Amino acid sequence: MSADVVLAGVMLAALVIYSLFGGADYGAGFWDLMCSGPRQQDQRALIARAIQPVWEANHIWLILIVVLMFSGFPAAFSEISLSLAVPIFLILLGIVLRGSSYVFRAYFTGSVRTQLYWGKVFSISSSITPLFLGIVIGAISSNGVLVKDGISESGFLGTWFYPFPLIVGLLSLSLFAYLSACYLTIETDDPALQNDFRNRALFSGFASLMAAFATYVVAGNAAQGIRDGLSRAPYVWLIELGGAIAALVAFQALWTRHYQRARIAAAAQVTLIVFGWGVAQYPYVVRPELTIYNSSAPTNIVSDLVIAVAMGALLLIPSLILLLFVFKTHRESISVDADTTTV
Amino acid sequence: MDNFIAARSQMGMSLAFHIIFATIGVSLPLMMTISEWRWRSTGDPVYLLLAKRWAKGTTILFAVGAISGTVLSFELGLLWPRFMQYAGAVIGMPFSLEGFAFFTEAIFLGIYLYGWDRVPGWFHLLSGIIVAISGVLSAGFVTLVNGWMNTPTGFDIVAGKFENIHPFVAMFNPAGIPEAVHMVLAAYTAAGFATAGIHGWLLLRRGRNRFDEVAIGIALLVGGTPVLLQSVSGDALARMVAAKQPMKLASLEGQFQTETGAPFRIGGIPFPDKRETKYAIDIPYGLSLLSFHNPHALIKGLDQEPQSDWPNVRMVHICFQIMVGCGSLLSLFALLAGGLTWKKPPLINHKAFLKALVLISPLGFVALEAGWMVTELGRQPWIIYHLMRTKDAVTSMPNVTITLLVMTALYVILGIIVVWLLSRHVIAVPDRKQLERAGVLV
Repeated sequence: MSADVVLAGVMLAALVIYSLFGGADYGAGFWDLMCSGPRQQDQRALIARAIQPVWEANHIWLILIVVLMFSGFPAAFSEISLSLAVPIFLILLGIVLRGSSYVFRAYFTGSVRTQLYWGKVFSISSSITPLFLGIVIGAISSNGVLVKDGISESGFLGTWFYPFPLIVGLLSLSLFAYLSACYLTIETDDPALQNDFRNRALFSGFASLMAAFATYVVAGNAAQGIRDGLSRAPYVWLIELGGAIAALVAFQALWTRHYQRARIAAAAQVTLIVFGWGVAQYPYVVRPELTIYNSSAPTNIVSDLVIAVAMGALLLIPSLILLLFVFKTHRESISVDADTTTV
Repeated sequence: MDNFIAARSQMGMSLAFHIIFATIGVSLPLMMTISEWRWRSTGDPVYLLLAKRWAKGTTILFAVGAISGTVLSFELGLLWPRFMQYAGAVIGMPFSLEGFAFFTEAIFLGIYLYGWDRVPGWFHLLSGIIVAISGVLSAGFVTLVNGWMNTPTGFDIVAGKFENIHPFVAMFNPAGIPEAVHMVLAAYTAAGFATAGIHGWLLLRRGRNRFDEVAIGIALLVGGTPVLLQSVSGDALARMVAAKQPMKLASLEGQFQTETGAPFRIGGIPFPDKRETKYAIDIPYGLSLLSFHNPHALIKGLDQEPQSDWPNVRMVHICFQIMVGCGSLLSLFALLAGGLTWKKPPLINHKAFLKALVLISPLGFVALEAGWMVTELGRQPWIIYHLMRTKDAVTSMPNVTITLLVMTALYVILGIIVVWLLSRHVIAVPDRKQLERAGVLV
């Protein structure tokens, strides 16, 4: 396997992790917008508690993808940032607004009205980012992105404003919401709250299935390449089958209120969907022209990057395990001395 | 507004904010670690409280820095797609390593925050040290990239493209290390003096208290030591610029004519049309002496290059004067404060000392921003020095003015939130109860 493919694989893995952790954060913001019913305040409090410790640090994964992309596949990075500048700008807008409004809402002690207002900004911006992230993925999977001599051939709207990318955007939003609802069911011991998020998980899970189906149908016109990729080799079928089984397990577990199992199955489902997309997209980075092979940096650079990533991982994985260990013992003791947490 | 100017303004604005967030994020971990170390060796709870306050500040700045850093990594492509297309492969290595330094910082900051009574004391202190070191490394790696834009090395140009790229030669380009050292020292200086100034102001307002006094002590140590080293680092950087970028040196000194035994100018306003710098105090042979350690060395003037390739000489020269001026004032203050440390009664009891401290405390940040103006404006019209012009790298996307306005508004909001958060959660005076219970706070 060449170094180019390994590097692309690392980026795909980072995208999976970003979806699992960052995606759940965004999804929680989406549910914040949708809080309703008699337990509205409790739902919001649960969401705030669940995302507090991880906060914005998950963007690290997105930064890693961007950095590896411009170092390893500079031509693809340049083409994406030029022709998809509008959705990328909206992703950034979402990230900045979400970060600022979250801190403001979390620490603001003034009037309830202001706090509600910032809460709205938080939840709307949390929904914008996954939507446009999906749109970018959809756009580079269909055949609309072409740059000649520094000019985007389809302009700045034509590259992404058509059904296929938009539906992929909805798919990613619904998947993140689904994932987040599944996670939230085990962040509380209150059965009523668990039930609220169980219903949401079932609803958004169903919505994501519909979106996935719509994506497949629309791909027949706009993105034949990725559709062919999905039905190409036997191992792609295996990934799809795995995703389908994970989805069934997750639904069954949600239905019978086995939340721990539902959470693991939902995470597996999202992992396999993102991974399956990557395999179907192979060997392209940006369809229809740029592949892993023709857009990559010279071989010595890519191998140096892969070595750097491997050495970084060797250092970071043990540290990460240590952190998770500290986190876990911390969380267990929070319930014991909950009122000594302020400085 | 013209698209090109809008793109440059947006990049400059994003960097100007990010530098402030990142600078505080680099310096606070050092202060928090020193404070924890003092607590572990003296058992005085005020040090523990301070360490926890600064840890909270680090967390806030780390998160905000993550947001503004994400924005910047995208903006490189959004605004300068052609630069990234050609140079991405060459400068990717320091950026990737920066990503890992950032990761390390995140992980050990997590351990630091949540590990107070869950990991052994020595390991907790070590986590703080790792956070401080990885913050410095992040800043260093990013500055190496800027160094490469000034002194590009590590490649051959074949048919208009970078070939035979050696990423580590590119990373350790001539300007890289001197710039990185200068930047890290500047970060400590700016944040150290600013923190000391804030606590000085609070000390004047709320009367004598241990919390503010101890904070001033540590912050002045962190700010005052590097500013003295800065003169050595600045000298090394200036000599590098003189050797590798003579036109940049000429514009920061307002040197229009090529001459031997060139004077060093203090102040003054360059007039590019008349090709002279007026109203300056000249120190004979000063520039030749400083640049090449030889009073008769030849200094190339701007006349060596067509005027169309000059940067904005007036701006560059004035910013350079501001940077040097602020740095000199801070050094003088640091020397005085250091020399009078052992006098009785302690300096901190003198209102005049505190007032002077408050007055000069923002100058570190002024110097930092002015210094970045010097290096960025001084490189123009090139994005890669003598290889690619900034205007050739800009995006073909229309209406950059709109994104500039939106992003500026957002950063202003983000800046206000940060200031407000820091004032509420980091520098607010603790009440007696907090001090007594400092041992159990998480």
